[in-house]
Amino acid sequence: MRSSPRRPVLGALAVVSMLGLVAACGSGGASSEIQLWGLQDDLLNESTEQIVASYNENAETPVNYSYYVNDPYKERLQVALGSPQGPDVWLNWGGGNLSQFVEAGQVTDLTPMLEQEPELRDAFLPSVMEVGTVDGSVYALPMVGTQPVLLYFNQEVFDEAGVEPPQTYDDLLELVDVFTERDITPIVLPGQQAWTEMFWLAYLTERIGGPDVFQAVIDGEEGAWRDPAMIEAMERCQELVEAGAFGTSYASVTYDGGAATELLTSGEAAMFLMGTWEYGSQLASAPEFVESSLGWTTFPMVEDGEGDPQALVGNPSNYFSITANSEHVDASFEFLAETLTSDAYLDSLLELGQVPPVVGIEDRLAASPGADHATWVYDLVDNASSYTQVWDQAMTPAQAEVLLTNIQRLFLNEITPDEFAAAMEQAS
Amino acid sequence: MIGSTLERRPARRADSSAPRRPGRAGRTDRPGILWAAPALLFFGVFALFPIVLVAWLSLTEWSGLGDPVFVGLDNWLALPQDPEAPGAVWSTVRLTVLCWAVQTPLALLLGVWAAGQQRNRAVLSALFFLPLLLSTAAIALLGHSMFDPNFGLAEVVGPLVGVPDGNFLGNSDLALYMVIGVLTWQFVPFHALIYQAAARQIPRMLYEAAAIDGAGRFRRFLSITLPQLRHTIVASSVLILVGSLTYFETVLLLTGGGPGTASRVLPLHMYIQGFRAFEMGDASVLAVLLVAVGTLLSVLVVRVTGYSRMTSEREGL
Repeated sequence: MRSSPRRPVLGALAVVSMLGLVAACGSGGASSEIQLWGLQDDLLNESTEQIVASYNENAETPVNYSYYVNDPYKERLQVALGSPQGPDVWLNWGGGNLSQFVEAGQVTDLTPMLEQEPELRDAFLPSVMEVGTVDGSVYALPMVGTQPVLLYFNQEVFDEAGVEPPQTYDDLLELVDVFTERDITPIVLPGQQAWTEMFWLAYLTERIGGPDVFQAVIDGEEGAWRDPAMIEAMERCQELVEAGAFGTSYASVTYDGGAATELLTSGEAAMFLMGTWEYGSQLASAPEFVESSLGWTTFPMVEDGEGDPQALVGNPSNYFSITANSEHVDASFEFLAETLTSDAYLDSLLELGQVPPVVGIEDRLAASPGADHATWVYDLVDNASSYTQVWDQAMTPAQAEVLLTNIQRLFLNEITPDEFAAAMEQAS
Repeated sequence: MIGSTLERRPARRADSSAPRRPGRAGRTDRPGILWAAPALLFFGVFALFPIVLVAWLSLTEWSGLGDPVFVGLDNWLALPQDPEAPGAVWSTVRLTVLCWAVQTPLALLLGVWAAGQQRNRAVLSALFFLPLLLSTAAIALLGHSMFDPNFGLAEVVGPLVGVPDGNFLGNSDLALYMVIGVLTWQFVPFHALIYQAAARQIPRMLYEAAAIDGAGRFRRFLSITLPQLRHTIVASSVLILVGSLTYFETVLLLTGGGPGTASRVLPLHMYIQGFRAFEMGDASVLAVLLVAVGTLLSVLVVRVTGYSRMTSEREGL
């Protein structure tokens, strides 16, 4: 008696769930618009919308721009790409992030199209184009300013203490003592977000061993994580923590929300290792401070290190790629070709204090709102002997997750460099 | 068991009274499968179907890109090698036990108090129940700003409680307790409300009789209130225990599972595996485990406490 009514129910369930699937598959279909996906960025979105609108006025295939918050964006992209609901053109970070999409056959190879338009291909700085290139083919074009990680500092705090920005790692250690004595946190570290700690490990590795050390990790070479330079970089990270360089409550501090920035601008902290997007957000939130007291320099060199003091770590750019099975591959490429190096687009970036990775824009940089910062960064990137992508974007998401977890442990002194290397080896 | 009592009922009714309209005899007036259909459909589409889907995904390798590749039990066999899994299980157990141990007495006392007739009770109760009106995300973000070591309350309160630098969320020994604190603040009002309603149902004659017998306030609480609330305690406990297996957004927004993995509970670990590392197969294994443990836990609590026998609380009245 009790089991008999269940069968029709199960049948009905099966039918309903199948209907659901069919509906889900059917609702996409052909679209007459280019779907363009980007990241939520209050400053950038507005100008991009204007540029898209003016492009649409004369375009055969109009562009529909939508944007999402960072983490949900990555989730959404991963699932939607290649489905009818997916975008035609979408933002990515190049590197390992891009290459997993390339391996899955989801990205249009732009190389043949760029052959037709050599001007576009040669418009961007080579070190930045490199990150959008997988196995010699170009899959992505830079769409925002280049964002190397720099050592920002509060000039006023330095002046009061009568000290100079650090040239070397030893200078840095001395400054830690100077500022600790003055009851100022020497370095802001928003350690609740592990990627901010990753900058320290990445730069120290670069300065101690040069760019090949991390390249070996990306190439999957055996023992790459146990490279002496890598191990020494980890030890120096822990040395800085031990010396109180980041204060004691760094693991409670976050970057999102602005608490870390506030510590630097208020003078409670002296230095901050951060990407150049930090300059843009300070320009918007504390223009007087930027004018009067914000200083910046390259990451200090390490004595006897093999790395070039001019080598950079950072986010070479964010990129636009075109979906492989998009119905509008050509129209999408046309949109990118007409937009990315257009005067209007570059001006909108410059206005926000960004540094477009485009060749021959020195004059326009000099006339932009953050001219001294912009020209300085541009020269730096132009002359950089190497430009290492921030590690978590250069790896696959699964490896990046293990990396970030263990970097946090390293900075909490919960693991030794050896254990760190072992954890990374197990993950790769 | 419910089914059998229902089935007996029409027969008895037919014996005793009320002649029926012809053609609608027997069990047709009993709520049939049609009545349950809307709920069953809803449950099927939004609960059963996803569970089956997740169980199948746990047997595949899928990054969200392309199609899932069937790999059999590989993900299940790899679970013991997951370096973060034991820590996540331990954090979850601690969170579950502590949430129950802290929330139950607080909610019970608050609820029983709020069921009384004291002066100012209504006003104070309304204040206590305020967190019920806030969304989980809002509470977690609020907690996060409060515990900010430089700009939050933590800077002021920290030195008074032996944390001079206000480093609550970034301290591996404290982070999980901060999560429990925020969860307690959020959920105690809800459980207090359940206890308040239940305590109001206790017949006053019990208390009056006890008072005549000379029982003091404490004795009456122990010998009348507590036994009478037995089933409410079970219901609230099941909600807390099973609920603890789903707390995720509070942890994500408050500590992100950190520092390190100090507060990474299983649901958060599942999220990180699924939507940060994009290992959907591994994440599905954890999801299936959570469903199984949650179900087992509630069945166990209900069995052990005798709640399932559905005996009356009002015997002898």
